[in-house]
Amino acid sequence: MPGDSLNVHLNTKATTQNTYDAIVVGSGISGGWAAKELCEKGLKTLVLERGRNVEHIKDYAGTEKNIWELPHHLKQTEEDKKNSPIQSKCYAYDEVSKKFFVNDIENPYTQVKKFWWIRGYHVGGRSLMWGRQSYRWSDLDFEANAKDGHGVDWPIRYKDLASWYSYVEKFAGINGNKDGLAHLPDGEFLPAMEMNCLEKHVAASLKQNYSDRVMIMGRSANHTKQVGDRGPCQYRNKCHQGCPFGGYFSSNSATLPAAKATGNLTLRPNSIVLDVLYDKDKRRATGVRILDAETMKTEEYYAKIVFLNASTLGTAQILLHSVSDVFPNGFGNSSQQVGHNLMDHHYGVGARGEYEGFADQYYYGRRPNGIYVPRFRNVNDRTKRSDYVRGFGYQGGAQRGRVSNADGIGIELKEALTEPGNWTMQLGSWGEHLPYYENKVTLNKDKKDKYGLPTLDIDCEFRENEKIMRKDMIDSAAEMLEKAGLKNVKTFDNDPPPGFCIHEMGTARMGRDPKTSVLNGNNQMHDVKNVFITDGACMSSSACQNPSLTYMALTARAADFAVNELKKGNL
Amino acid sequence: MNRRDALSRVALLLGGTVIGAEFFLSGCTSSDKKVGQSVDFTADDIAYLDEVAETIIPATDTPGAKAAKVGTFMTVMVKDCYDEKNQKVFLDGMNKINEDSRKKFGGNAFMKITPEQRKQLLTELDKEQKEHAKNKNKEDDPHFFTLMKQLTLLGYFTSEPGATQALRYVPVPGRFDACIPYKKGDKAWAL
Repeated sequence: MPGDSLNVHLNTKATTQNTYDAIVVGSGISGGWAAKELCEKGLKTLVLERGRNVEHIKDYAGTEKNIWELPHHLKQTEEDKKNSPIQSKCYAYDEVSKKFFVNDIENPYTQVKKFWWIRGYHVGGRSLMWGRQSYRWSDLDFEANAKDGHGVDWPIRYKDLASWYSYVEKFAGINGNKDGLAHLPDGEFLPAMEMNCLEKHVAASLKQNYSDRVMIMGRSANHTKQVGDRGPCQYRNKCHQGCPFGGYFSSNSATLPAAKATGNLTLRPNSIVLDVLYDKDKRRATGVRILDAETMKTEEYYAKIVFLNASTLGTAQILLHSVSDVFPNGFGNSSQQVGHNLMDHHYGVGARGEYEGFADQYYYGRRPNGIYVPRFRNVNDRTKRSDYVRGFGYQGGAQRGRVSNADGIGIELKEALTEPGNWTMQLGSWGEHLPYYENKVTLNKDKKDKYGLPTLDIDCEFRENEKIMRKDMIDSAAEMLEKAGLKNVKTFDNDPPPGFCIHEMGTARMGRDPKTSVLNGNNQMHDVKNVFITDGACMSSSACQNPSLTYMALTARAADFAVNELKKGNL
Repeated sequence: MNRRDALSRVALLLGGTVIGAEFFLSGCTSSDKKVGQSVDFTADDIAYLDEVAETIIPATDTPGAKAAKVGTFMTVMVKDCYDEKNQKVFLDGMNKINEDSRKKFGGNAFMKITPEQRKQLLTELDKEQKEHAKNKNKEDDPHFFTLMKQLTLLGYFTSEPGATQALRYVPVPGRFDACIPYKKGDKAWAL
């Protein structure tokens, strides 16, 4: 195996015990993939996770319960809101899933500007609670910075990543249709889920009324067919509580078990990484220093390569905290870009309406997926906007809810509420956020957490381009629904702050020039060749698609590159 | 995205019910206040709330709110999920119903009046709360009967009898059928 030929210099017994071929920091979506790839390539790999262990199925207690068996029928208590004022705002936070969200009071940060940071500190990270929407990017996205001058040019193009998307899709298990769209490339799909009758109607209306856009079935990491020993999906739509059927992709259900099966994985929960260790003579990282969250003791671990997958803000925090003579402003930060160019998607905006037909139609099962309207603005010359750059997509769906605002009390009320009401449909929009140097995260040495570590100051906002785009996001949603014959169409703009879309990215961006970027085209630090960053921190732009699938593909690609470089003796 | 939208969006994606989300939102409205001091409810309070709930959702060919133990559910929610402001509105409302009952029905408290009289009384309160909701400013207190009605409907339709008998409930659907025939009278899915 490739790992066997590697030379390891061992000094002491303690060093031997704490020395691995590779260290992966973080066990979320990208960390899980790094662990799987490195272990499968034969590297003895240590995965460090700052939170507690979460074992697949065993630690999903509560998800098997019926709603009436939960004291508050899934709802949040005042205590929940007191302990987690930020997390409890998240749509996925409920009476069962709340154990996967941090206590905000115990894990403070500073909102220089309003920023809602949604976090899960445990093995699997947010791969447990994520929405599982999975879309490829295309050259529309990878060329965007070069074309309009925002941010730095991506050092890669779609052709560099296409086969890696295929590679991760096959393992992760993504459902979807082959829709044949150049700017939302098809992948290796499990059978798609199906649109309900109102969704089909609106999709047909779009086709009839517009030449520039389509409505497709959402693509998600839920298993419409069994994938390995996972699934298939049972259509309970309780994914965020942990799926006891393994009917989806998560680190806990998929990548970590695969890594473990190689015999090369060592998983160490409760391990908060403090710094990356650096040998200035060799100009290489030698490992990391951790704080054991249970014993409060520090310890050092050594490896030939280090993958940072601690999440966009977590990774930035580690880099900024790893200071030395060589890197006084943060590890591998000669570009001064670490912590900067923080992006999220801007969302929480769109329209909904009612439909007065299909009274004789309904559905069965709770589909954990919706519809998707891929980007249709600034896609080509014909769709070019003069008022903003980049674009947005829509996610949403139709349902037949029960009558709302029912008047009265007694038998009539009861009867009115036991039958389904009109069909309704909602389109919510996700828009691209440009990379701005001023949107940044910095360390606050005056405000320490319970471990005595400096906390983060997050200073991030949406600007003019995003704000102008939002108007179009609202208007276009309402227009599409109205053209499809929906009535009582109402728009909404909840104006959520950055962070709340949980697509934060960009704090250690990839780029061609070491002077203006932190990572090269292989997610390798320009300054320190044996350190790789493949979580959201690496992103040079945000596109408008949900980013997790791209993190997976970048991780698998970088792991392949890293191991090849290691074999060649370049690291 | 605020909670209202998040919930309705989720409900939408889940094929769930927007109505439940709305009830929850008003029932569990967030504030930055400290958690209310422990509110104590007696067995009599629960019996009384059971009757209020039963008047809102009576037993028919399916069980009513009392059989679904909605009185107990209301006390748990008021205690754990209400801020002090809404706790006070709710508790004052419990007294108000009895006051109204005594005034209207010869000095008899709510527990002493007939089911017909109860329905008459609460029907008026329902009109009152609807009017209140229409005219109130965002920061004004909700009407107490808005809270009681919402908790009753939430509690009932997420209870075992409510979900499995008044509605249809399948804990593990096992598949998704996007379009199936529906005929008038078929019950709605519970979730």
